Amino acid sequence: MTDAPPARVPLVDYLVLDDGDPHLVANESTETGALYFDRRNADAKSGRPGFKQRRLENTGTVRTFTIVHRAAPGVPTPYVSVVVDLDGGGVVKANLLNVEPDPDQVRAGMPVRLTTFTAGTDDNGTEAVGFAYEPA
Amino acid sequence: MAENDVWIIGAAMTKFGRYLDKDVIDLASEASMAALDDGDVSIHDMDVLGAGNLMEAASGIGQRIQKQIGQTGIPVYNVANACATGATAVRCVFLAIKAGEADAGLAVGCEQMGKAGLLGASARSDKQVYEPSGRYGAVMSVEGRLGTTLMPGVFAQAGMEYAGRHDGVGFEQFAKVAEKNHAHSTLNPLAQYQKAFSLEEVMGADMMAYPNTLLMCCPTGDGAAALVMVSEAKLRTLSDEQRRRAVKVSASVMTSDPWTDADQVQPDVNTLTRAAADRAYEQSGVDPKDLDLVELHDCFATAELIHYDNLRLCEPGEAGKFIDERGPWRDGSTPVNVSGGLISKGHPLGATGVANLYEVATHLRGEAGDRQVDGAKVGLTHVIGLGSACAVHVLEKAAA
Repeated sequence: MTDAPPARVPLVDYLVLDDGDPHLVANESTETGALYFDRRNADAKSGRPGFKQRRLENTGTVRTFTIVHRAAPGVPTPYVSVVVDLDGGGVVKANLLNVEPDPDQVRAGMPVRLTTFTAGTDDNGTEAVGFAYEPA
Repeated sequence: MAENDVWIIGAAMTKFGRYLDKDVIDLASEASMAALDDGDVSIHDMDVLGAGNLMEAASGIGQRIQKQIGQTGIPVYNVANACATGATAVRCVFLAIKAGEADAGLAVGCEQMGKAGLLGASARSDKQVYEPSGRYGAVMSVEGRLGTTLMPGVFAQAGMEYAGRHDGVGFEQFAKVAEKNHAHSTLNPLAQYQKAFSLEEVMGADMMAYPNTLLMCCPTGDGAAALVMVSEAKLRTLSDEQRRRAVKVSASVMTSDPWTDADQVQPDVNTLTRAAADRAYEQSGVDPKDLDLVELHDCFATAELIHYDNLRLCEPGEAGKFIDERGPWRDGSTPVNVSGGLISKGHPLGATGVANLYEVATHLRGEAGDRQVDGAKVGLTHVIGLGSACAVHVLEKAAA
C-alpha cells in the first residue's frame, strides 16, 4: 500500500489544473462574448442571460501594473501586480513573477505567459496552486 | 433663472483631522448647525434631510443627527455610496427640491475613521483545510497572490494604464500633483495637513504602490460637511444678503460604471467620470474652459492626473503636459484642489462629497480667505466611489 499523492486544488475555481496544461476558463456570454470569471445571472454588457464555458489563452500582454511595497500583513513585498490582456480575449489580474520588482523592468505591452505557483499547503497536505504570469 | 433651479444658501465643514474627544454625530451636528447658521435659517425651515456616512451606515445616522439638532419629523434619507456617499446625500436633497416635494433641505456628510492605516488590509486568515468559497471558489485570500485590489495599487494601476498610453506621463508627473496639493493646503486652515513638500520629498517618501508614495496617498481621518439648499421659489422669499451669497447648482449628475472588458478585475474610474462630466457640461451650459476652479477626487495622485483628461481640463492625452505647465496650480489656467484635495485636506469618506461643494461655494462667494481664487464665478466638483459611483456638480455664483 502506497500513500496517495497529496491532492492539489486551484486557488480559485477559474484556474483548471486537471485538463492538460494549467489554464483559465471563463463564462462567455452567448449574446456578446463578454467574459466573466464568476457566475452571472445575466451578461453585464447586454443584460441578457445565456453563457457557455470558454478556455482562455495562456499568453497575453501587460495592460498596466503597479509594484506593491505596502501590503496586508503576511503578504511578501515588494511584488508586481499586473492587469493582463489575454490573447484571444479576456482580461485578468495577477502577480508578475520571475522579474525584478523594478519599474524599469515592467512595461505596458510586454508579452507574458501563464505560470503557476504553490500558494500554500493545508493541514491535510493539500496543495493550493495559484496562477501568475511571467515574461514570455 | 429657471423656475426650478436649486440654490445653496448655507455651507460649512469641520476641520478635517482626528478627533479623539468627539464622535461622528458631534462632527455632523457641528457642520449641520454651522451650515444652517451660515444660511440664516433653522432646522424648522428644512423639509428634508440627506445624511451620508459609510462606516456606520446601518446606524440611522440622519436620525441620530436629528436628535442633536432638531427632531422635526421631516423625511430622512440615510445613504452610503462608497466615496461618493456625501455627494449622494446632496443629490437626495437636490432631487427632492427638483421634484417639488421640498422647498429647502439639509445635506450632511460625515465620517470618523481615526488612524485606520491601509484600508482593507486585514491580516490573512488562511484556512487550515482548503475549501472553495465565494463567487470565485477561492480557497484562501487572493490579495497579494492574484495582484492587488487595495486602493493604492488599484489607483496606481489606473494611472500607469494612462501613462502607458500617453507620452510625457510618469512618476514625476504624478508626484507633481501631490507637490501641488500639499502646497495648496498650507493656505487652508480646515485641511488635515498644512505642510508643503518639495517634489524630491514627495518622490523620495516611502513607496506604497508604485508610483504612489506615502505623500501621494490621502490620509484617513474624521470630519463632516453640510449644505443648506433651497428652491428658486424659496430663494425669492429670502433676504437680499441671503440671495447675494446664494450659489446656483447648475448641474448635478450621478453615474455608475458601464460594462468594460476589464472592470471585473480592475474598476474603471474613467468611463463614469467622462459620462458624468459630459452630462454636467451639457446640463449647465458651462464649457470646461469656463471653470475658475475644480475640486476633484484625488484619493491618490495618480487619480488626479487622469481626471484632468476625464473632466476635459486638458487636451486629450495631455494630462502630463497640463501638470508640467502648472495648469492646475492655484495661479494656473484651471486651479484644481486649491483646498489641498483629499491628499492633504483629508478624506473622511462620507464627508468628502459635501466638503468639495463647500470649498467651491466658498470661493464663488469670495469668502475663501488666503486661498481665494480671485473673481471665481463658476466651479466644478467631482467624486468617485469605487464599485463605482461618480458625482459631478457645477456651481455658479449668483448673477446679482
